[in-house]
Amino acid sequence: MVEREGIRRYVAHAILWIGIAIVAFPVYLAFVASTQDNAAIANGQMSLLPGAHFLETYYRTVFVGTAGTTREPVGMMMLNSLVMAMSIALGKIAISILSAYAIVFFRFPLRMTMFWIIFVTLMLPVEVRIYPTYKIAADLNLLDSYSGLALPLIASATATLLFRQFFMTVPDELLEASRIDGAGPFRFFKDTLLPLSRTNMAALFVILFIYGWNQYLWPLLITTRDDMQTIQVGIRKMITTSDALTEWPIVMATAILAMLPPVAVVILMQRLFVRGLVETEK
Amino acid sequence: MASVTLRNVRKTYPGGIEAIKGIDLHVGDGQFCVLVGPSGCGKSTLLRMVAGLETVTSGEVDIGGRVVNTIEPADRDIAMVFQNYALYPHMTVYNNMAYGLRNRGMPKPEIDTRVREAAEILEIGPMLERKPRQLSGGQRQRVAMGRAIVRQPKVFLFDEPLSNLDAKLRIAMRVEIRRLQRRLATTAIYVTHDQLEAMTLADILVVMNRGEVEQIGNPLEVYERPATTFVASFIGAPPMNLTSLSPVEAASRGLEGGAILGVRPEDLTLAADTEIPAGGAGYDLTVEAIERVGAETFVYGARTGTQDAGPVSNNPGELPPGQIIVRLPGQAAPAVGSMIRAVAPAAKLHLFSADGRRRFSP
Repeated sequence: MVEREGIRRYVAHAILWIGIAIVAFPVYLAFVASTQDNAAIANGQMSLLPGAHFLETYYRTVFVGTAGTTREPVGMMMLNSLVMAMSIALGKIAISILSAYAIVFFRFPLRMTMFWIIFVTLMLPVEVRIYPTYKIAADLNLLDSYSGLALPLIASATATLLFRQFFMTVPDELLEASRIDGAGPFRFFKDTLLPLSRTNMAALFVILFIYGWNQYLWPLLITTRDDMQTIQVGIRKMITTSDALTEWPIVMATAILAMLPPVAVVILMQRLFVRGLVETEK
Repeated sequence: MASVTLRNVRKTYPGGIEAIKGIDLHVGDGQFCVLVGPSGCGKSTLLRMVAGLETVTSGEVDIGGRVVNTIEPADRDIAMVFQNYALYPHMTVYNNMAYGLRNRGMPKPEIDTRVREAAEILEIGPMLERKPRQLSGGQRQRVAMGRAIVRQPKVFLFDEPLSNLDAKLRIAMRVEIRRLQRRLATTAIYVTHDQLEAMTLADILVVMNRGEVEQIGNPLEVYERPATTFVASFIGAPPMNLTSLSPVEAASRGLEGGAILGVRPEDLTLAADTEIPAGGAGYDLTVEAIERVGAETFVYGARTGTQDAGPVSNNPGELPPGQIIVRLPGQAAPAVGSMIRAVAPAAKLHLFSADGRRRFSP
């Protein structure tokens, strides 16, 4: 670290503080708005200090929901989003660690072909194949279900590639030592490969959880029932009201609530996450 | 306890590269066999074939009277120590040693007894709860040995186990491996490219080159009577001095065609006069460099009039053409640039065929 003296140091700090303010102010504003009276916001007389309606607004948001548009409490939406994000994160990790294991440690016909087929899916995100994917999901009766929300997003190549890269750095001798120690393919995977992949899995979990939590387009298409909508879809619906006043305090409270799980995941997994990205522990 | 026998063992990789070109070898019960050779000579491949980590293209690998060609490594009753130790990084030292036993379904108390016993022998008792990354190189080496010992295998296999250690530790561990192997009386096969390690450890020394065996024998026998010029240059440091003999010179020694003459550096002495001992050899040299290492001194000399000569037999480890090394006891040495004459008696000469593949001397 370079030691900076005097004015340059203050300038550097000032720039950092400005940056923080730019990023944090909208969040603060959302929080303040969520504690104000709706009439005050609608009148354009919103104070920049938190109001007196904190408990009332958040209680209504979580357990009741808006009066008109979403018809469901945000608690339900958060549960839906949570199930979806968790299924995507865990499902992706499970599928990709197994496929990477097969591709790196086994020799079978068409191994490289399989690898390239997996690789090509990188170029086909959900947005690109949305019509066929919707058709398949509909034919399989997956509309308005958790499986329909999660499954199409689980199949993708990024995590497989990441595990493949990691597995290729595992020294061959470790596999050979396992063979001499009498560990078959399953034991080697369970006793050696999984513990070594712990930090990688944690890093992936953080990334994939946020990816799943932030999905908008796919849940919008696949769900029609009110009790299946996710929080991202819900926020959008709350804002567009045709004949009534938008309930801004509730919209803002929902936005704040929608932010919390990803923040919690990042904070809880931070240590492992950073290690997983920078360190290769072998 | 078991002997290991290889019968005409071959290894051909897909693509037709022949790594092992037919090797016969017998290692008796409790013997320490060292495979030595330059890198790429196939010694590690051969060891891995005994371990079951490489398939055998043809021939038989026999451990304790049982042909094991198609038997899994875990069921061959062997234990292997790898060059980079291959310890499981996420397991404690204790678990590293116990893992193989657990996989065999051995009862817990017995595992515990064996691990603690091995830890005591190797003096790693206080480290049993540590992870490999908390250990030094030498300690990791001990754990790797411990993992092999607890198995109580019929055969120990070592794949250059000391090459990641510093010089001092290497010597200490070398002595220890030998002591341990004697104590346990377990048959061992040891791969190394270090001829000093090979000489000091082996009961049977196997010198390999390009997938073939050049010579098998006890180390001193191999040193004193190398079968080919390859062995002559590979075993011994500094290597044997080799010079080509013209057909005329060869004929004077009763040999048809050309020949190669070899003299070990320690068999050469400096002679004051120009007399060559009867049937012996003499070299006129210009001293190019002196190396004093304390108890002995190496004199590097260039033979006069041989500057254009090509290499004698193209072996790795061979001296540059025209160079002769003389090993003198003590620290006295001629001045650099001076002319000297080095001679050796007839009994100390090694005569090989011109292609270096056959030994003529008794």
